[in-house]
Amino acid sequence: MKAPLIKIKNLRKAYGNFTVLHGIDLEIAQGEVVCVVGPSGSGKSTLIRCINHLEPFENDGEIIVDGIPVRPGRDLADVRAEVGMVFQSFNLFPHMTVLRNVMLAPIRVRGMSEADAEKRARDLLDRVGISVQAEKYPGQLSGGQQQRVAIARALAMEPKVLLFDEPTSALDPEMVGEVLDVMKKLAGTGVTMVVVTHEMGFARQVADRVLFMDGGNIIEAGTPTEIFDAPKEERTRNFLHAVLDH
Amino acid sequence: MDLFSTFFNIPVLVASLPQLLNGLLVTIGIGVTSIIAGLIGGLFLAVLRLYAGPVTNALVRGYIDIFRSIPLLVLLIIVYYALPFVGIRLSPFFSAVTALTLVSAAYTAEIFRAGIEAIPKGQFEASAALGLSSRYTMTDVILPQAIRIVIPPLTNNCINVLKDTALASVVAMPDLLKQATQAQALSANPTPLIGAAVIYLLLLLPMVRFVARLEKRFSRGRS
Ligand SMILES: Nc1ncnc2c1ncn2[C@@H]1O[C@H](COP(=O)(O)OP(=O)(O)OP(=O)(O)O)[C@@H](O)[C@H]1O
Ligand SMILES: [Mg+2]
Repeated sequence: MKAPLIKIKNLRKAYGNFTVLHGIDLEIAQGEVVCVVGPSGSGKSTLIRCINHLEPFENDGEIIVDGIPVRPGRDLADVRAEVGMVFQSFNLFPHMTVLRNVMLAPIRVRGMSEADAEKRARDLLDRVGISVQAEKYPGQLSGGQQQRVAIARALAMEPKVLLFDEPTSALDPEMVGEVLDVMKKLAGTGVTMVVVTHEMGFARQVADRVLFMDGGNIIEAGTPTEIFDAPKEERTRNFLHAVLDH
Repeated sequence: MDLFSTFFNIPVLVASLPQLLNGLLVTIGIGVTSIIAGLIGGLFLAVLRLYAGPVTNALVRGYIDIFRSIPLLVLLIIVYYALPFVGIRLSPFFSAVTALTLVSAAYTAEIFRAGIEAIPKGQFEASAALGLSSRYTMTDVILPQAIRIVIPPLTNNCINVLKDTALASVVAMPDLLKQATQAQALSANPTPLIGAAVIYLLLLLPMVRFVARLEKRFSRGRS
């Protein structure tokens, strides 16, 4: 087996007296698609936001992405250039066209020329099915379209890892499918993906591994079949029972 | 003597008009100087507050609170009549500009801070996640959005500064109001005062309308 792309050791995080992550250990291989499921407040978002240091964490723990330690300082820019993120609320830049949203980071972070950045942006927008809307502003697009632009924006940096924090939870039901389709296609391209999601169907179909979190711990991890069809832990069973029931 | 020839006496108005227009120039001179100096000072204070440590932060907050609380007329009189006792003697023009700038900078700093804070956290996070440096995060993402938010309150502040220039007449500054009161005394007729009021309105009403339009557009854009 290859060396893991992401190595997490004893990751702990607390807000005052309230511990959100209780010493997480986790390794994710190059090209692996990992889905993180679990009840609200279990620490799923916090876990993936630590990977690109949007959340600081206790410094006796350690996260290493592609050999670079994640910690404040100069290396952090290198980590963030390799780790893309897609948010629940899209967070597109509303004052820029869709095209500019996708071009910005390659120009500012990678020092790419306008022309090259534009070419890459148009290719990516084409891939996510937004090429016609390239000159529009985010506010003129539907939620599903905005989220696909956000995926293109993250991909423009050619990241090794893509983090998704409930990418379809803010969408109207009829738009969930179009975003999941883009993500399914991505999963086949070899990019490493860590996806926090409530879409159990997607997790079952696309994930190499599913993590079930509760109370700041990874309670159970395994293939989709192991987790969904034969969960070992009581808490996993209860959770799946509750979400799959309605 | 009828009302019309008392308050709207055309010959008196025509005779006093050059004097009033001279006053208008002085008013605009004080106003524009104070507005520009206040903008620079306010932006400086706002950025200090964002990036400096807790001590500087507390000092800046103290400054802002004090100069937003003190009545401008009191400040102006202190600058003009009290400072000479410690050897600081400012001309009427610089007294007025100093007082107006000190206060305007305090308000402007708050406006800029609120503008930057109004940008959703997600914009900072998306910028960070892409690897943008804090410099590009500010210049490409945050400030362009903050500018739109601060333009209506900044324009409001300009209106207030221009209105408050009238206080300069108490330190013998020949501004629009002072010229009008002198012309009134000279002609023994209040028409120049009415003329001054109309000139203030002509100057400020368009700005008031402008702010109202911007605020309407802004609230529509957000919904
Ligand atoms: N800034 C904060 N201050 C205090 N507590 C916080 C803060 N941010 C998150 N928490 C707490 O940390 C815990 C984990 O939050 P997190 O957002 O990681 O959960 P989650 O599994 O993503 O939940 P959800 O499914 O609702 O998104 C929650 O109990 C939350 O209330
Ligand atoms: Mg969450």
